[in-house]
Amino acid sequence: MLCENCGVRPATLHFTKIINDKKTEFHLCEQCAKEKGEMMGDNDGFDSFSFHHLLSGLLNFDQVVNNDHSLKEEKEAIRCKTCGLTFSQFKKSGKFGCSDCYHYFEPHLEPIFRRIHGNTQHSGKVPLRSGKKIKQKKELNTLRTQLQQKITSEEFEEAAKIRDQIKELERKLSERRG
Amino acid sequence: MTVDNFFQNAISEWMRGDGPHSDIVISSRIRLARNLKNHPFPLLYTNTESNAVIEEVKSSISQEQIKRIGSFTFIPLEDLTLLQKKVLVEKHLISLHLANESRKGAVAISENESISIMVNEEDHIRIQCLYPGLQIYDAWKIANEIDNIFEQKLDYAFDEKRGYLTSCPTNVGTGIRASVMLHLSALVLTGQINRIIPAITQVGLTVRGIYGEGSEALGNLFQISNQITLGQTEEDIIENLHGVVNQIIEHERQSRKNLIQESRVQMEDRVGRAFGILSYARNIDSKEAMERLSDLRLGIDLQLIKGISASVINELMVMIQQGFLQQYAGGELNVEERDVRRATIIREGLSSLQKE
Ligand SMILES: [Zn+2]
Ligand SMILES: [Zn+2]
Repeated sequence: MLCENCGVRPATLHFTKIINDKKTEFHLCEQCAKEKGEMMGDNDGFDSFSFHHLLSGLLNFDQVVNNDHSLKEEKEAIRCKTCGLTFSQFKKSGKFGCSDCYHYFEPHLEPIFRRIHGNTQHSGKVPLRSGKKIKQKKELNTLRTQLQQKITSEEFEEAAKIRDQIKELERKLSERRG
Repeated sequence: MTVDNFFQNAISEWMRGDGPHSDIVISSRIRLARNLKNHPFPLLYTNTESNAVIEEVKSSISQEQIKRIGSFTFIPLEDLTLLQKKVLVEKHLISLHLANESRKGAVAISENESISIMVNEEDHIRIQCLYPGLQIYDAWKIANEIDNIFEQKLDYAFDEKRGYLTSCPTNVGTGIRASVMLHLSALVLTGQINRIIPAITQVGLTVRGIYGEGSEALGNLFQISNQITLGQTEEDIIENLHGVVNQIIEHERQSRKNLIQESRVQMEDRVGRAFGILSYARNIDSKEAMERLSDLRLGIDLQLIKGISASVINELMVMIQQGFLQQYAGGELNVEERDVRRATIIREGLSSLQKE
């Protein structure tokens, strides 16, 4: 198969871009892919399918759609409070600075994940140890809501039971942390 | 086990040339990307931070449970020469990114080289399991086990909604890259590959030629891997890849059968010429060498040529790469010297077999 850009060299990179849930195929030679900015230059020929520039193409896509400049500037200036990376820097490099970037850029990530993966919600493996903690935290939140309900409906005996459960869970959670 | 073994011997577990469907599938690989909470990603590192991560990972590797899986050698990349790093890249034990760009990178490699754990690559940790033939489930099983043992000690950056958080959004979620390396010479010879590749990309997989020094897929070797990491389970991702690979294997087998039935003489001629050139050439560039080795490999798999094992071809394909060639020669070589050296290595590799 020949590269669909130059039509001269054989296409060695084959991938699909998902833009607005529409799949588009690409068959490029490495050189054209680089020139088109579809991939990074640092391919190790094995791991390396690297989407970074392809990605910055995707990240910039919404600029075309979003003509509201003040809104855009506001978005670009969002900064991760942990590592200091701005959203605009993230778009340029295609890389996050730390795991908290996911939190600070959260409102703008949904469409990006949708474009790359066609999905936005993790459904795979959950780490065994910290996953337990997540489960307990969820449980704690449910219990707290229940406690409020019992107090409002003046079921104090029930409320006391729930309060004990909450204390027990809180103790477990702090133990694990220490 | 000394570090030198990793550089002097070409043979890695994945090149053994066995495993299921080894006439077509060279190797299967699982790579898991993981990061630690409370450290910035390597992109924004200071040296203190990179050292802290190295120490944490190092202590996880020294756990008893990991020792039961394999005996690991921990190698800081700054201890290696440029050529030694190249050799590890050519043996697929580290990525080019780790070799070239990582500050304070390190790798732990298991004795048979089937497991390598990269530290401070683009992500803090990359667990890689690489097996010969179609053994993608086995690779996942081991990678998953190592991941679980690590997680007992390490605080991973994980989010309920987004899964494992990675430096690049293309890896987020499962952090998994499952890939299979295939030798598809009959599909290339018959031109069918042009019809098959678009079909593969339709189902969320990526195909690329490997070993190309510029823009070509040398040696008819292709790597197929998952593109999507978020929103599917690891098992679904692997099953999807496995299913597609099985279909490609069927197509390649059918094409090989047809070639033998319809053009036996041409095939024998092609394989014979490849064997002749590889046995007697004094000067060969990597492009021609890879093409002839691919022909010879096809000849072995079609039983047109006997007495040579596929593992020798796998090994030679690595040994004639730039880094290995020069490491083996004990220093840098110019292009002509490399071509002479390459021809010698192949000649010796093949002639030693005939004497046996
Ligand atoms: Zn091109
Ligand atoms: Zn950050």
